[in-house]
Amino acid sequence: MKTKKSVVVFLSLVLVFCLAVTLNAQPKTIKIGAIYPLSGNLASTGLDCKRGVEMAVEIINGKYDLSLPMAKTEGLPNLGGAKIEVVFGDSKGDPKNGMAEAERLVTQEKVVAVIGAYQSAVTKTASQATERLKIPFVNSDSTSPTLTERGFKYFFRPECTDAIFAKNQFEFLEDMKKKTGAKLMSVALLYENTEWGANVGKEDQKYAKEFKYNVVADIPYSQNATDVSSEVGKLIKAKPDVLLHASYITDAILYTKTFKELGFAPKGFLTMAGYLEPDYLKTVKGDGNFMVVRSTFALDLATRKPLVAQVNELFKKKYNMDMSGNAARSFTAPFVVAEAMNRAKSTESEAVTKALMATDIPGDQIINPWKGIKFDSKTHQNIYATGILVQIQNEQYHTVWPFNMAAKDVVWPFSGWKK
Amino acid sequence: MDEQLVQQLINGLLIGFMYSLIAIGLTLIWGVMNIVNFAHGDFLMLGMFTSFWLYTLYGLDPLFSIPIVTILLFVLGLLIYRFIVSKVMKGPMLAQLVVTFGVSIFLANLAVFLWTPDFRLIEKPLLHGTWELGGAKLSIPKFVASIGSIIASVFVFYFLKKTKMGKAILATEMDREAALLMGINTDRINSLSFAIGAALVGIAGAFLSTYYYIYPQVGGIFGLIAFSTVALGGFGSIEGAFIAGIIIGVAQTLGGYIFDPAYKFAIVFLIYLIVVWIRPQGLLGW
Repeated sequence: MKTKKSVVVFLSLVLVFCLAVTLNAQPKTIKIGAIYPLSGNLASTGLDCKRGVEMAVEIINGKYDLSLPMAKTEGLPNLGGAKIEVVFGDSKGDPKNGMAEAERLVTQEKVVAVIGAYQSAVTKTASQATERLKIPFVNSDSTSPTLTERGFKYFFRPECTDAIFAKNQFEFLEDMKKKTGAKLMSVALLYENTEWGANVGKEDQKYAKEFKYNVVADIPYSQNATDVSSEVGKLIKAKPDVLLHASYITDAILYTKTFKELGFAPKGFLTMAGYLEPDYLKTVKGDGNFMVVRSTFALDLATRKPLVAQVNELFKKKYNMDMSGNAARSFTAPFVVAEAMNRAKSTESEAVTKALMATDIPGDQIINPWKGIKFDSKTHQNIYATGILVQIQNEQYHTVWPFNMAAKDVVWPFSGWKK
Repeated sequence: MDEQLVQQLINGLLIGFMYSLIAIGLTLIWGVMNIVNFAHGDFLMLGMFTSFWLYTLYGLDPLFSIPIVTILLFVLGLLIYRFIVSKVMKGPMLAQLVVTFGVSIFLANLAVFLWTPDFRLIEKPLLHGTWELGGAKLSIPKFVASIGSIIASVFVFYFLKKTKMGKAILATEMDREAALLMGINTDRINSLSFAIGAALVGIAGAFLSTYYYIYPQVGGIFGLIAFSTVALGGFGSIEGAFIAGIIIGVAQTLGGYIFDPAYKFAIVFLIYLIVVWIRPQGLLGW
């Protein structure tokens, strides 16, 4: 009896040992933290960004015949095929929580790099935490210029900044003047008043001066609002030729409805982030038509860049929906991190940071309309990042500017609201 | 004369009546039970989602689904009171404070879980478009919602002042011990007021769904404004909440227009500060 028992014990010990060995033999996983607003007002946006990240990680970890970095091999080849595992943190859309989540991800989850966090205000605090903890932060979905002006050692941004976008918008207006012969003299600025919107306002002011436009209204507002008629009332009274609006999703919907209700109809609407979200068009439907939105992605870029269509095909299969501008932006960061780690042959912070400094991903390996990704040695801002403008026509986003990239002609001026 | 001033006044009134209706339910619960219902905004959200689903699944216009929403929210209020709130009524103050907060977080996240955080809008409600009045524009759904808010408020007012049940609620509100001595079943009054409060905010939600977008966190901002409305009007005062709602609505739009929109809530809270400075109990509180 006794021998039988010891045999069982022995065999189970062998089994456990074998199991441990097989577990050890598998390539290890690399943990990356991702902070997004997964609950609260911006939960739908956060989910959209999360889809982009998950899609990217799936491509990195699997084997795909795509020109993206790390796509053709499983995992990171120089690290023995190690796979990326993303640990998500929920900022709830709040800078305080974003910072706490960054700390939690690094100290408790032991992530070796952090990506995110969509809102510039959250990215600002979260990257302060990672800078202190000496962990690389790659941000491909926030645009406030101040983020890369801090001279942080561990912070890198492939995405465009609002300074570039603001300039783009005025260049577009100048192009429209030439194209249509129309006089566009005045602009109104409308922006949400946190880190991101307030900085867009500043950049817009700067470029309005440079391009000699008259700013007839400058209206910051709080994103949490139930009614915006006083803001729209001010706009109607100011009678601008063009409205420049920086908003997140809730305010984009509320303003669109209030513009229509009160009949605010300038010659054109130049808008941003919130207007790019899948939920925006799903909610306002045809009322979103003719909005011009700044972006770094559009599905119709596929005509010049087949990679866009290939990735969207995969995305559609996985989520049963087209890739949005937001998902596409968040999609970029995991590749930048993985590519750098692979070159560094290490996940150690200093080595990865050094590799990020040397990043030079050519344009045909990204889905964005840029010449590539290469970071400025001081600011760590991608020197190749530029913006495009898309316009909503028939409830779809089409690239309309720069004209040499345009898939459709821009509809201008705005013809008024449909009943 | 600035045309926009009239427009802003109209819009202020329209949103103000909505604030009133939302706040009345909250002030009733506060007045009777002395608890802050943090889940009030989430009841509003549930009212909006109920209208939305009745519209989407059965094609029932929000205007006609109001009775259903009212009954549903009434029952929900009863259940939440019976199984959750009543359990802590005898407990420490802090437990009472925290319990509705817990309900709020639970409901908002349940909504995210069941219906995703997406934004929704009732696409073709019966009421839509605007009327032109002189130079000003009057949104038809907002106008009808305001009428609905006035009717509901008047109805509650008369119910409380004229019916035996209503008088029992008011008596409990004034002095719980005395009401108990007079043979009023205060526990029943509690559950009834909680349910009426939920039903009222449900009506507000149904009206709001005709013109406002719907998502799980929509209750947050409306709930916050409801708290200030109740504080301004006087805790427990129905008339006070009604008037305060209108004041906040008008102060917000007109103040925002005349000064700077960035200061519109500063103006609202300045009014509140002035009122509590002169009358700490609120406009019509006692």
